[in-house]
Amino acid sequence: MRAQRKRRLWMAGAIVLGVGSATALVMMALRENLEHFYSPTDIAEGRAPSARTLRLGGIVLEESLTRAPESLEVAFVVTDRFHELPVRFTGILPDLFREGQSVVATGKLEGQGLFVAEQVLAKHDENYMPAEVADAIERAKVKQSADAATSARPAPTGAVL
Amino acid sequence: MIAELGQIALILALLLALVQATFPLVGSLRGRADWMALARPSAFAQTACIVLAFALLATAFLFQDFSLAYVAQHSNLRLPPHYRISAVWGAHEGSLLLWVLVLGIWTSALAFASRRLPQPFMARVLSVLGIISVGFIAFTLFTSNPFLRHLPPLMDGNDLNPLLQDFGLIVHPPMLYMGYVGFAVPFAFAVAALIEGRVDSEWVRWSRPWTLIAWSFLTIGIALGSWWAYYELGWGGWWFWDPVENASFMPWLIGTALVHSQAVTDKRGSFRAWTLLLAIFAFSLSLLGTFLVRSGVLTSVHAFASDPTRGLYILIFLAMVSGGALTLYAIRAPRLSGDSESPFGVVSRESLLLANNLLLAAACALVLIGTLFPLLADAFGWGKFSVGPAYFGPYFFGLMVPLVFLLPFGPLARWQQADAAGMWRSLRWSALAAVALGALAWMVFRDAIGWRGALGVTGGVWLALGVVAAWRVRAGSPREVVASSPSGARRLNPGYVGMLIAHTGMAMFVAGVLLTEASSVEKDVRLAPGESLMVRGLEFRFVTMDHQEGPNYAADRGQFEVWSGDRRVAVMQPEKRLYSNGTQVMTEAAIDAGFTRDLYVALGEPLQRAEGASGAQAWAVRIYHKPFMRWVWLGAVLMMLGGATAATDARYRRARVASTRAQARAVSAEAESPA
Repeated sequence: MRAQRKRRLWMAGAIVLGVGSATALVMMALRENLEHFYSPTDIAEGRAPSARTLRLGGIVLEESLTRAPESLEVAFVVTDRFHELPVRFTGILPDLFREGQSVVATGKLEGQGLFVAEQVLAKHDENYMPAEVADAIERAKVKQSADAATSARPAPTGAVL
Repeated sequence: MIAELGQIALILALLLALVQATFPLVGSLRGRADWMALARPSAFAQTACIVLAFALLATAFLFQDFSLAYVAQHSNLRLPPHYRISAVWGAHEGSLLLWVLVLGIWTSALAFASRRLPQPFMARVLSVLGIISVGFIAFTLFTSNPFLRHLPPLMDGNDLNPLLQDFGLIVHPPMLYMGYVGFAVPFAFAVAALIEGRVDSEWVRWSRPWTLIAWSFLTIGIALGSWWAYYELGWGGWWFWDPVENASFMPWLIGTALVHSQAVTDKRGSFRAWTLLLAIFAFSLSLLGTFLVRSGVLTSVHAFASDPTRGLYILIFLAMVSGGALTLYAIRAPRLSGDSESPFGVVSRESLLLANNLLLAAACALVLIGTLFPLLADAFGWGKFSVGPAYFGPYFFGLMVPLVFLLPFGPLARWQQADAAGMWRSLRWSALAAVALGALAWMVFRDAIGWRGALGVTGGVWLALGVVAAWRVRAGSPREVVASSPSGARRLNPGYVGMLIAHTGMAMFVAGVLLTEASSVEKDVRLAPGESLMVRGLEFRFVTMDHQEGPNYAADRGQFEVWSGDRRVAVMQPEKRLYSNGTQVMTEAAIDAGFTRDLYVALGEPLQRAEGASGAQAWAVRIYHKPFMRWVWLGAVLMMLGGATAATDARYRRARVASTRAQARAVSAEAESPA
């Protein structure tokens, strides 16, 4: 039975090696390539890193979309109704991109208060709000009412809408 | 009337599935032949009820019965008839009905085709399928009933999501489900074998053609989904590593591993426990996929009509089915493997197939972790993450490199102990040719294709020549085959030919993916009628813009002409449609498909007129030149054909004819196994 024991050893070795290296690779890959999701409030409070690719979600502020006359560059504002963040994007916006509808943009923060998007996503279903966006707006709302209870700070303009 | 009949048919189907799930199984454990004999009739009757329910729902759609809430939500008077049929599975309730219909079709086909298999074994197989049917019919009936009334009836319905009003979406879901659900068959065989405590591997031979057919359907289903996304989503991508795509890709990866490990178990009796485990995992991943897509826990470009409250039911069902099967495995598997397995050397066909299985399983684990991590992170409050192509792409590529390198050796290797030097002698010229052609492609087209494209050429040529080598080893030299020597013809059985076809598909797929990804030119530009753009030596002229009325939409249609010098290559008419529900805009891309390149034109949005411009309305336009795009799907089609060819191998049918012997053995195993 020596041959068989040897074969089993080989198989066990191969499996351990395979699983081990796969796990190591996966952990490495995940650590480098996760895109964290942030809302305009998160970014306004300085919680987002400036050098990394991240995802920004919120609602496209009404009447904030402007286009450059001779190129595909567009600018719009993403809001969670408490904080606002200007976004710049060069390219073609998705079919369901609308002012007043939710949007998720992937890109980087440039300096303070400008988000340069590489990709803009809107959902297939016109009435659907991505869970992240709905959640971020909810959190901002809760936080806002807590703040309002402790101090008489005037609400930012976005909250009026 | 229709709704009530459909409801009754579903309830009857549930009761019959309960009979199918219990009596034959209990009968097989108690040795009651009369109870076991209920398996086939109850399976046929259950399927007939589901077919009836499905036909009734389709009728309701066809004749626009808006008193059904489901019909009213997903159809309207202007919807063309063929889309009314596909609207049946356009949303949650109907697609679940399709799920149980497909399961019924598989169950009945199996009940019909395997009458000669031992009765206790088949009783158990059909009972296991019955248990799955019970779970899904109950789910449909109690949480997602498509026959619910909407009273008073509406005069007109909502509309089907325009993205789904498309040929690709008529055929994609049924094909995908045939694959997904088809893995229930090897799963049921595996569970039945575990219940019985079968020590032989004969059941693997019986389940092989079923696994191959399911795998073929899944292959073509995924390819159709990718093709649909490419032309319908309007941005020219064919694979996004999107969670819903991953949900169908994971069972495919494990299914591919299963198809290969079944070969080892069937021919050599080795890998028995591993084959069982893969059969369990392939179907568990199908269930997981159903859960991910249907529960709404994922945000995805493909997720339609999902509902979080229903997710829990599928999750519990998944835990019961997979957990039960794995527990059974843990109890029984140690007895299944062991001394009767034949040993094999480090260089052998077994070890190469083991490498294939490990690489595919690792790839599946990679996809699984990337797909589930955002869900886990959210559940444990680590924050909101998304995992995109930057994670999947490079690491999946890394796992596929050794797979592609080793693949041509597999068919050449002998079982147990292969001759490494001999294999190298058969393949050294292929290796040289692959490297030389890759290098040549890199030198000539370096700017266009880069190192990835060159690698695609090398990989594709290496795999293709590997197929030639595998063919020659069976068939002798090509001349003998042309003379159709009887020995050559015999040795080239459908199983082997299917393998050659599928591996050719893999060669096309590898070359296609790398070439198209490396060398596509994608331009997003501002263009007005009268203007043109040069892309790779082709002049795309935006001629004019006109208006077009469809049955249930109005469209702006662009006229583009593509010129190569003074020769007109193509006329392309991309559209921007506004559907009659009034809010949804759809991009219809124009595609000029070719064997070596696709031309792709899609309209973005109309832009403001520039100051002092000619007055023509400018549009944002996507103009893409995608070399070898078709090879990706042609490769998948070949894989599907290969799987289907292999499934016809007479060896599997012979196994069934010789079943009286097996039956005797099964009965004796029966007596030994503790009930």
